[in-house]
Amino acid sequence: MEKDRKEGIRGMANPGRYGIERVAYWLMRITGLGLLFYFIGHIYETSSLLDGKAAWNSMLELTQTTEGHIFLTLVIGMCVFHTGNGIRLMIAQSGFGFGKPRRPDYPYTPSSLNMKNKLCIYVSIGLAALAMMYGLGVMYDV
Amino acid sequence: MTKGGALPKGFESPSDLGSQEKYEEVKPSSKTMTLRISKFNPDKDHAPTFLEFPVSYEKWTTVLDAILEAKNYHDHSIGVRYSCRQAMCGSCGMNINGKPRLACFTKISELDSDVVTVEPMNNFPLIRDLVVGFERMFSTHKRIKPYIIREDSEISSGTKEFLQTPEDVEKYIQFSSCIKCGLCNSACPTMAADSTFIGPQGLAQAYRYIADNRDQGKDERLKIIDERHGIWGCHFAGSCSQVCPKGVDPAMGIQLLRGYLLGYRK
Amino acid sequence: MSSIMRESHIMKIHYLTALVAVGFVIIHIMVRVTQGFSNSLEFESVIANYKSIPYAVVLEAMLILISVHGFNGLRIILLEIKQGRVYENAVTYGCLAAMIILIAYGSRTIIMASMGMV
Ligand code: HEM
Ligand code: HEM
Ligand code: SF4
Ligand code: FES
Repeated sequence: MEKDRKEGIRGMANPGRYGIERVAYWLMRITGLGLLFYFIGHIYETSSLLDGKAAWNSMLELTQTTEGHIFLTLVIGMCVFHTGNGIRLMIAQSGFGFGKPRRPDYPYTPSSLNMKNKLCIYVSIGLAALAMMYGLGVMYDV
Repeated sequence: MTKGGALPKGFESPSDLGSQEKYEEVKPSSKTMTLRISKFNPDKDHAPTFLEFPVSYEKWTTVLDAILEAKNYHDHSIGVRYSCRQAMCGSCGMNINGKPRLACFTKISELDSDVVTVEPMNNFPLIRDLVVGFERMFSTHKRIKPYIIREDSEISSGTKEFLQTPEDVEKYIQFSSCIKCGLCNSACPTMAADSTFIGPQGLAQAYRYIADNRDQGKDERLKIIDERHGIWGCHFAGSCSQVCPKGVDPAMGIQLLRGYLLGYRK
Repeated sequence: MSSIMRESHIMKIHYLTALVAVGFVIIHIMVRVTQGFSNSLEFESVIANYKSIPYAVVLEAMLILISVHGFNGLRIILLEIKQGRVYENAVTYGCLAAMIILIAYGSRTIIMASMGMV
């Protein structure tokens, strides 16, 4: 332990301890980075078109493996969660959906951690799971 | 603390209670837990060690009570800061079983654990044992100008006092409950890696003054917080509001504050 | 970047790019769904997609919006992980450069494919 008790990246990247909102924060970061990674790969993937049909097809084959399918399924899930939770955040972070400030009274339930936000987080996770199942269905021809 | 036993002469309970009120007898329900206190002096020690004390507690015993018992009867050198013992002064914030809480406001019984581990708060510089330094938080707090800004003053002629309706007060009173305990900054994920971040404490106070209709310092303050390590470091993880012991709900204040910068509020 | 722009302007861009991108990504995915996933990925149909100018514009818009959004997101995270003048400048200009390079690289595909230079 150093003199400054900064938790550092491990504190930032630890989704536990503080409820579903902290989990959503963590998922938002991970999915954002994951999507950026996919996006760069995707731009590279489509650029193979310029080298003709053979190059394009061999590029597509990379995702025709089990690992490729898992990766694409994750991308679908990340995309749906990031979008759903992103819309929630854009609304909440603009100051909407909290009601009015009021005199705090014990036991002090914070209105920023309200049901609306929690529900949106759970719905985003749920939709992501559904989309992943749909994606798996398409990829494995069910 | 005398638990039962014979009372000294003259202090026996009167046999005739007569008109005296009868109080329900409080049964001592003492349980015992192990209190683990982090000991570390950065000037002398290389690594923190934990001291362990068996402490008996009642339903109402707070973590601060337990620490003080250990300090008074076992090890005087334990460094702990406290003052009011009633969640008013903001001195006794520390990590209790992994989460930042006020030691004086946390009852051992509510922790539901046989072992209570107390450590200094995260994301603050350590002074010694359970005591962390607040200089950085206080100077950041000052930076957002935590006072009413306006040209005239209540004592200038013509104005006796600045009147506010109860509705006006309602707009900021929640945020003025802040006791500067720093728990919110300690829980914040951005603060964990970025000490230059203003942090939930300071941002909530920026909102407290901007929302006060006596104040005219809005533009000044918005400029201060609209910086790289300013308000946009908040990603609404809500952990600050999760731990705030006073119902300030800093996360709400911050999002309302962002409304001004994004043009949704005037 | 920061000297010419307030952080709130950058955040407005971050939100706006995301919001507009939602619509375009939906179009992009719907193209797959309506054509049938494996058919839509056939070389010939992909080239045909690019040759439709309105759709090529959608692709280009998506490319720009998401690059801006994604690399600004990366910048936000990196600036919160570590601080310091040199590091912060490196991150800011590094992300800006990466963003421009990716947009240029993707635009090359879109322009060449839509003009039939394959
Ligand atoms: C199209 C729908 C999208 C929406 C509605 C959306 C929305 C958002 C929002 C609101 C944030 C800010 C979160 C915060 O304040 O913490 C954000 C962050 C981010 N987004 Fe997106 N986004 C979308 C797509 C994407 C895509 C496709 C990528 C990848 C290229 C991406 C990468 C990122 C990154 C890296 C961050 C930073 C993460 C963070 O600060 O927590 N986003 N997004
Ligand atoms: C279901 C998954 C996806 C599939 C199968 C897919 C497939 C394709 C294909 C075949 C193209 C070539 C143009 C066309 O025929 O439309 C393309 C281009 C593109 N896609 Fe996707 N895509 C997917 C998801 C995404 C997502 C989630 C994004 C945004 C984050 C995205 C962004 C782009 C962009 C910007 C281009 C243009 C790239 C360029 O030509 O430089 N795609 N995609
Ligand atoms: S906002 Fe709450 S947690 Fe933060 S310093 Fe004030 S009282 Fe403490
Ligand atoms: S001793 Fe004052 S807040 Fe705990």
